[in-house]
Amino acid sequence: MAMVLENATAPIEVEKGVHIIPGANTIITAVDKLVNAARVGSLWPMTFGLACCAIEMMTTGSSHYDLDRFGIIFRGSPRQSDCIIIAGTVTKKMATVIRTVYDQMPEPRYVIAMGSCACTGGVFDTYSTVQGVDTFLPVDVYIPGCPPRPEAVMEGIMKLQAKMKKEHFKWSKWR
Amino acid sequence: MPITNDMKTKNLTISMGPQHPATHGVLKVVLELDGESIVKCTPYVGYLHRGVEKLAESMTYLSALPLTDRLDYIASVCNNVGYCVAVERLFGIEVPERAKFIRTMTCEMARISSHILGVATHALDIGAMTVFLYSFRDRETLLDLFEMLCGARLTVSYPRIGGVRNDVTQEFLDKLYAFTDTFPATIEREYETLLNENRIWKQRTIGVGVITAEEAINWGMTGPNLRGSGVFYDIRKFAPYDAYDKVEFDVPLGKNGDVYDRYLCRMEEMKQSNRIIRQCIEQLPKGAIMAPDAPKFTLPPKDRVLADMESLIHQFVLITKGPIAAPEGELYASTEVPKGELGFYIISDGSGKPYRMRLRSPSFVHVSALPVLCRDAMVADFIANVGTIDIVLGECDR
Repeated sequence: MAMVLENATAPIEVEKGVHIIPGANTIITAVDKLVNAARVGSLWPMTFGLACCAIEMMTTGSSHYDLDRFGIIFRGSPRQSDCIIIAGTVTKKMATVIRTVYDQMPEPRYVIAMGSCACTGGVFDTYSTVQGVDTFLPVDVYIPGCPPRPEAVMEGIMKLQAKMKKEHFKWSKWR
Repeated sequence: MPITNDMKTKNLTISMGPQHPATHGVLKVVLELDGESIVKCTPYVGYLHRGVEKLAESMTYLSALPLTDRLDYIASVCNNVGYCVAVERLFGIEVPERAKFIRTMTCEMARISSHILGVATHALDIGAMTVFLYSFRDRETLLDLFEMLCGARLTVSYPRIGGVRNDVTQEFLDKLYAFTDTFPATIEREYETLLNENRIWKQRTIGVGVITAEEAINWGMTGPNLRGSGVFYDIRKFAPYDAYDKVEFDVPLGKNGDVYDRYLCRMEEMKQSNRIIRQCIEQLPKGAIMAPDAPKFTLPPKDRVLADMESLIHQFVLITKGPIAAPEGELYASTEVPKGELGFYIISDGSGKPYRMRLRSPSFVHVSALPVLCRDAMVADFIANVGTIDIVLGECDR
């Protein structure tokens, strides 16, 4: 074990859920799980409707499909939200605004591209439309559809939650 | 510092949007404020300009249809029908009776769905959350019915040039009829009880955003926004298309032209739409659902395409090149969508694609009337005004 620790640079998993930071005399045990569970259980997306997909996003959030039961509550301000759902067509005029809003969000922050337009530009291959939001934002989950059904939106959010659950050491400022 | 009379204050300029929960999409408005009152209000549009008009020029008449879905995505059938009516009048296609009634019926379903969402988000902006949750429950029933009809919930592309895509089933009609049985009572029992006599709702809406009939006409307002000021103008009555001349309905009018009257108009229009749907189901004639001039403009039926060489060629040519024998000409046709008058101006140069497709969208006109509604208003009234004109930015920016 000593030999491994001397040569290692990244945290080492000694048993399931227990990590050692080499050279720091620190053992990370359940903090990952605790922090990830807290983040997954209260994922707050930003209210940011662009086009048609925003209507299906609203439907997913309201009475019939009810995102509240996943701990998901839409927030109006980027400074209080963890995740941004790009719901709709992104035009060149709007792209700068989206980037500004994204930069205002505190880390860790996640991006869900919802619908064909946000994923690839979709049917609108024109002079004014950005061909996919991943040209200027790091996208975590893509949800296809025009617009996607509320069930698809829920699956996309659950995919993001599964991704967040696997995160390791992302809570530390030395990560 | 002693307060003296020659102290000067400066107006504050704030930018509302394009990211603001209450601007219904990506509308940006720059407000100049003196304290809390609005001195000047300037809307900026174009944040959702997708180039639909230009895109349509490179598509055949048939394949441009799904673009119209994405204009006013809350009531997509109405947009489809508006486009189809324009192309049919341009080419002189006669739609069968049954298709006309089905279109009218689905249009009114979309109208209910649009008004219900308009009232819900308007109420949410002003602070009445319960209406929002109730309305999405009722809207879900309608979306399920759309799904049953054609497989899509929101952007349906159900009407076709010369008819509709597929026939309605008896099960669909039964379910829709059951919905119309209970819906007026739901409006009265739930929405109107929550809002009509609500003290806060009345204080926030009565006398706010007043526009006189003359001003509303001069600004080109249409739909419930114009009728809220007491002007009797409805394209369904004045220039009936589809089956609107065969059904009975009233056009509700407001008196004062304020936010409250426009809200009452929308509520009453939903009940009238309900009436129209019932009549359509009761009177639904039997017969074809597509115009019979198959080789020229409309696609031949699928079973004939699979069995018959001639039909296969027709289908191939129509899909790839568009209607070859399209006559030259230009035409403006307008229809009544939930927001107001939606007009399509189409120029045909004889090829299979429109030479120019110009849209007259009600939301664009209503956004330009926003400064008039915001005269002598407070910042909070601005939110009420944006909600009451019921805009969709997809249609406004095109």
